[in-house]
Amino acid sequence: MANVTTPATAQPAGPFVAFWSAFSQNRGAVGGLVILLTIIILAVFADWIAPYSAIEQFRGMTKLPPAWAEGGDKHFWLGTDALGRDMLSRLIYGARISLFIGLSVMSVSVAIGITLGLVAAFMGGAVDSVLMRIMDLIMSIPSLVLAILVVSILGPSLTNTIVAVSVVYLPNYVRLVRGSALAEFGKDYIIAAKVAGVGPIRLMFVTVLPNCLAPLIVQAALGVSNAILEAAALGFLGLGAQPPTPEWGAMLADAREFIRSNPWIVTLPGLAILVSVVSINLFGDGLRDALDPKLRRS
Amino acid sequence: MIKFILRRLLLTIPTFVALMFVTFIAIRLVPGDPVEVRTGEHGISPERLAYFRHELGLDQPVWKQFLDYVWQLLHGDFGVSLSSNEKVLTEFLTLFPATLELSLVAILFAVILGIPAGVFAAVKRGSWFDHTLMGAAVAGFSMPIFWWGLLLIMLVSEGWHLTPVAGRIDMIKYYFEPTTGFMLIDSLLSDQKGAFLSAVHHLVLPMIVLGTVPLAVIARMTRSSMLEVLSEDYVRTARAKGLSEFRVISLHALRNALIPVVTVVGLQVGGLLAGAVLTETIFSWPGVGKWLIDSIGRRDYPALQGGILLISSLVIIVNLLVDLLYGAINPRIRHG
Repeated sequence: MANVTTPATAQPAGPFVAFWSAFSQNRGAVGGLVILLTIIILAVFADWIAPYSAIEQFRGMTKLPPAWAEGGDKHFWLGTDALGRDMLSRLIYGARISLFIGLSVMSVSVAIGITLGLVAAFMGGAVDSVLMRIMDLIMSIPSLVLAILVVSILGPSLTNTIVAVSVVYLPNYVRLVRGSALAEFGKDYIIAAKVAGVGPIRLMFVTVLPNCLAPLIVQAALGVSNAILEAAALGFLGLGAQPPTPEWGAMLADAREFIRSNPWIVTLPGLAILVSVVSINLFGDGLRDALDPKLRRS
Repeated sequence: MIKFILRRLLLTIPTFVALMFVTFIAIRLVPGDPVEVRTGEHGISPERLAYFRHELGLDQPVWKQFLDYVWQLLHGDFGVSLSSNEKVLTEFLTLFPATLELSLVAILFAVILGIPAGVFAAVKRGSWFDHTLMGAAVAGFSMPIFWWGLLLIMLVSEGWHLTPVAGRIDMIKYYFEPTTGFMLIDSLLSDQKGAFLSAVHHLVLPMIVLGTVPLAVIARMTRSSMLEVLSEDYVRTARAKGLSEFRVISLHALRNALIPVVTVVGLQVGGLLAGAVLTETIFSWPGVGKWLIDSIGRRDYPALQGGILLISSLVIIVNLLVDLLYGAINPRIRHG
């Protein structure tokens, strides 16, 4: 058999290769991934990359413009804020906070969403109705208003931001998992598994769940960017991360009064939010096209 | 159809009950003594505490308190604001037209620009316009609108001095009693020269800021829905009949492509109200969103409780109407 050469195309590509070849056709998605990886690296290695600490204040160096602008200082590439803290360092540490929020919210709401979604689908009846009514309720309260409600009870902090935003995005996952699980139910392999004596927990998580994963992964990727936006909005309203945490939304709130005098203090944190959210959304769009052709939006 | 409406109406009742329950529980979870939370007084004497405890019904069992709360709500009593001593419902209704005007104008802006842009991108698929528009759409729905607002203020208001920074109208020059609560209409009715123009000037930036995300969503949805429809047989038939391209697109394709777009517009309502909170805060727009945020700052929990209840009820009702409307347009939903 060793001397028989088969053309490469005859071999079925592995799932990852197939995914990558579909994903890499989408230039926007690859661009998004590259930017996203850069942001992740900045966030993870912030301690080495950032030139200063995020909260170190340099006296007499307040509100410096970026290095290339008139009056800039080459020690502070992107200038300093109103308290003389290095903007570049704060932005880099801010990436860490935003990604942390995005990923925590996503993990919490995905984990709870999968469980509740599968439970609703498997139990049916009253449990299903009650769960879905609760999800309806959560969805009927505008996301930010709900987050405000949660934060105003728990008090503003980074942790409570994560709790609030997780609650807001929970229904998306519950409904998605429940819907795809229900769609799988009538299929033969489920009946076969039941006949073979597979217990309910195993049936839920091992048999059914893997077949619902594709849309879930897509939703989760886009959920990270939504969570980042929502958390930044809370930070901006003063209900999220508290000073001196270098959270991008909170940085914007601090910068509001300098709109007229020091525009870059206002511009940079917002640009950081926009760039990270766009990169995750582009990546998510690519994921959707590659993983789930049914959802592809031409 | 009547059966469909009834079923849909019945389904919202548990949601309303749950909403009342959540707001009822929420104010109890606020840290601190419940009397102090509700009266806004701190360190009050035991006698007054006992008096208020009785007055507020806090000495009753919890289930009785909840029933009383529901009873009050059903009679239009949404509590009294601590900071203004006004009824929460009265305050809400005074401020709501400002939010409604802003939201309506924003969604109109999004629809008027988004649908033609999406149609054009679909017709010219793969062109530079298509690519630019889709790129802009991704940026649009990724936009932190609070930053977008600040950026526009920086550029348009501070840089070019084209629009004012805050408020709904130039209050120094123009004053009139609100008739409809819509500044655009009231300023016209007032017969004061320049008042309407001033109102428009104040509205432009908030409209753009609040309309950006819906604009991006509508443009994307229209494009993809249009692309789907354009490959249908009846479009080919229309072309084969020798109809002009304009007729084919505007009459045959667009009408069918709009069905999913209508749903998307309906789904934007909740998002619009959330966006209004941010937009109103940035532009000091005196609507319910800014009022809600201010209430948190003032620790005005009754206002917060009533406001959240009212805003959410509104969203539930609008979603219900959208559903019913959709059922009326599309019989398949009704029987589904």
